[in-house]
Amino acid sequence: MSETTTTTTHSPFLQHHYAEMEQQVDAGKIGMWLFLVTEILLFGGLFVGFAIMSGQHHDAFRLAHEHLSRPLGALNTVILLVSSFTMVMAVHSARHSRQKALVRCLAATIALAGAFLVVKYFEYSHKFHDGLLPGRFYAAGGPEPAGQAMFFSFYFMMTGLHGLHILGGMIVLTWLLVRSRRGHFSSAYYAPVDLGGLYWHLVDMIWIYLFPLLYLIG
Amino acid sequence: MSSTHGDYLHEPKGWRSWLFTLDHKRIGVLYFWSTLAAFVLGGILAMLIRMELLTPKSDLLPADTYNKVFTLHGAIMIFLFIIPAIPAAFGNFVLPLMLGAKDVAFPRLNLASYYLYVAGTLILLGGILGGGIDTGWTFYTPYSSTTGGTVSLMVFGVFVLGFSSIFTGINFIATIHKLRAPGMNWFRLPLFAWGTYATAIIQVMATPVLGITLLLLIMERVFRIGIFDPKLGGDPVLFQHFFWFYSHPAVYIMILPGMAIISEVIPVFSRKTIFGYKAIAYSSLAIALISFLVWGHHMFISGQSQLASAVFSFLTFLVAIPSGIKIWNWLATMYKGSIKLDAPMIYAVMFLALFAIGGLTGLFLGALSTDVHLTDTYFVVAHFHYVMVGGTFIAYLAGVHYWWPKMFGRMYSEKMARLAGALVFIGFNLTFLSQFLMGSRGMPRRYASYVQDFQPMHVLSTVGSWILALGLFLILGYLLVSLRKKPDAPANPWGGATLEWETPSPPPPHNFDRTPVPTHGPYDYDREPALV
Repeated sequence: MSETTTTTTHSPFLQHHYAEMEQQVDAGKIGMWLFLVTEILLFGGLFVGFAIMSGQHHDAFRLAHEHLSRPLGALNTVILLVSSFTMVMAVHSARHSRQKALVRCLAATIALAGAFLVVKYFEYSHKFHDGLLPGRFYAAGGPEPAGQAMFFSFYFMMTGLHGLHILGGMIVLTWLLVRSRRGHFSSAYYAPVDLGGLYWHLVDMIWIYLFPLLYLIG
Repeated sequence: MSSTHGDYLHEPKGWRSWLFTLDHKRIGVLYFWSTLAAFVLGGILAMLIRMELLTPKSDLLPADTYNKVFTLHGAIMIFLFIIPAIPAAFGNFVLPLMLGAKDVAFPRLNLASYYLYVAGTLILLGGILGGGIDTGWTFYTPYSSTTGGTVSLMVFGVFVLGFSSIFTGINFIATIHKLRAPGMNWFRLPLFAWGTYATAIIQVMATPVLGITLLLLIMERVFRIGIFDPKLGGDPVLFQHFFWFYSHPAVYIMILPGMAIISEVIPVFSRKTIFGYKAIAYSSLAIALISFLVWGHHMFISGQSQLASAVFSFLTFLVAIPSGIKIWNWLATMYKGSIKLDAPMIYAVMFLALFAIGGLTGLFLGALSTDVHLTDTYFVVAHFHYVMVGGTFIAYLAGVHYWWPKMFGRMYSEKMARLAGALVFIGFNLTFLSQFLMGSRGMPRRYASYVQDFQPMHVLSTVGSWILALGLFLILGYLLVSLRKKPDAPANPWGGATLEWETPSPPPPHNFDRTPVPTHGPYDYDREPALV
């Protein structure tokens, strides 16, 4: 096999079926963007369902949303926005081969993701305590209980699915952290950090839409 | 880099090397046998349905068992066979070879997709063993959210299968963009690659919506969230919108790969450059695009607004344009070609005839006034089977016969293939032409019993199903027999000009000894006269 000798620097992370690193990185980017499209469509179904049902149960949804804690929702919004910033800095550090900064930024992002889930935990347990539960488990009474139950169904499905994505993101970020401590990433190769970052920003962005939709719009 | 004599089937060795393989060819073969097993299961259920309908009374199966049997027949055939069969089996095997690539873009994702398929299948089978479901494969609410059975489990299985399909789609798009051999520009791509690309777009863009719809259905059953149940303030028509937003494009996930196979077979066996290459390539993309705009034609009698119905009806007719473009281009390719009626070509010609009937009867259903009468009759059943069996499945058989020598290195008996082809053609038409007649006279679908007057037609249909099954078993038989022979397939038995024919049959694990550099189009028979 003679043509394989043409590549000058042979990265240990170059997979055998690619001719050069740029090709592999580009393919990864295409794959990740397509995956993000599927994520948007997945959440899109919930957003459409919410929009239609809130149109049909307008008063009940308005009443129900008063039960959500705006300060905690706002706090979580700030937490995720800052985590997006630390993620950007992680990619930036990797691109400039700053090992320590990369590790620190990834650790900070993971910590912020954890903080988000802790806040969410307190919000959820408060709702559980008050009987503000989805569907048939709704026990808080009030006017139009069926509509309010449906609001909390959407609240838990949307924030729950989003929470699962945060959890998935934490796993990805931890994997990136382990690899960066091993010194895998540098200006020559940081595609996984880049792709992980794309995913993380999408998860943040979904929350940016969820927060006003559920907490702010009456 | 040693030039191994072993082919991909034998190198590396051991069952582990199959279970953990990242080789696109092996994953394609795993998909091939798995989807085939699903087809046999779905086929047995179909035979049960036809047996029950031999007589007007519900005697062989109790009515509720019958409901389960047709539900499972539909669910298995659609989610386990026809959606993955061509893209995941042939797409995986052939696409990288056609591009001159060593593998797909993400081999590990590819293997993950296969195991998700296995997991989804096992969940579905678990649901069947747990008692099955009687909702029909469309899972319409509020019936599906209130009926008994293992609906949640089965629906979850389909959800998992959806991810398998998405992963395949993502992989193929990235592969076609980034792994084409040097010199393989977009208009030197074989049309199979264009078809696979259009299919992959639909897989990626439509399947997530099915995923969330199915999750909502599970939530509806577990929590009674009410979104699809009018008793709880929900909207059952919303479920239909969500479901068909995926499931209409999904029928193009099923037919586009079939058309893609036909676009390969016809020029090779006509020994002629394909007529209208770009028109066929772009029409695949056009079908993919339009497929997202026509879902409402499944809902003309659902109570959606009349304006919406009229718009959906109009858009539906647009699909006929790119489909017609393909048909005429294929015919123009055959015109004055030196046609060789080997087994793949026999099926390709069969496809043209049967798909034309399937497509034209679709116009009756796309038109509002006739659809109102034909909805939920056997006319719909017949139309769907002409498109999916007469179209996709026949194209699948063309693909099986076309790439079998490449995949397994064996030639099958051409004589037997012709006999089986005749049986399939006669059996299929007997089974489903009679259903057009019944349907137009008002025989409703999904009933275990019917009025006496329909019996002669039902008998014809059932006898047809036996002939069809006989033909299919014959095919399975001679294909399996060919595996026991000595390897005898040359690298290029049909004289194809696409790259998969430039490597031995079966190919070595690394596909090509040196990366091929295409210097001509995939069907350049005018420049390079018959290669064999």
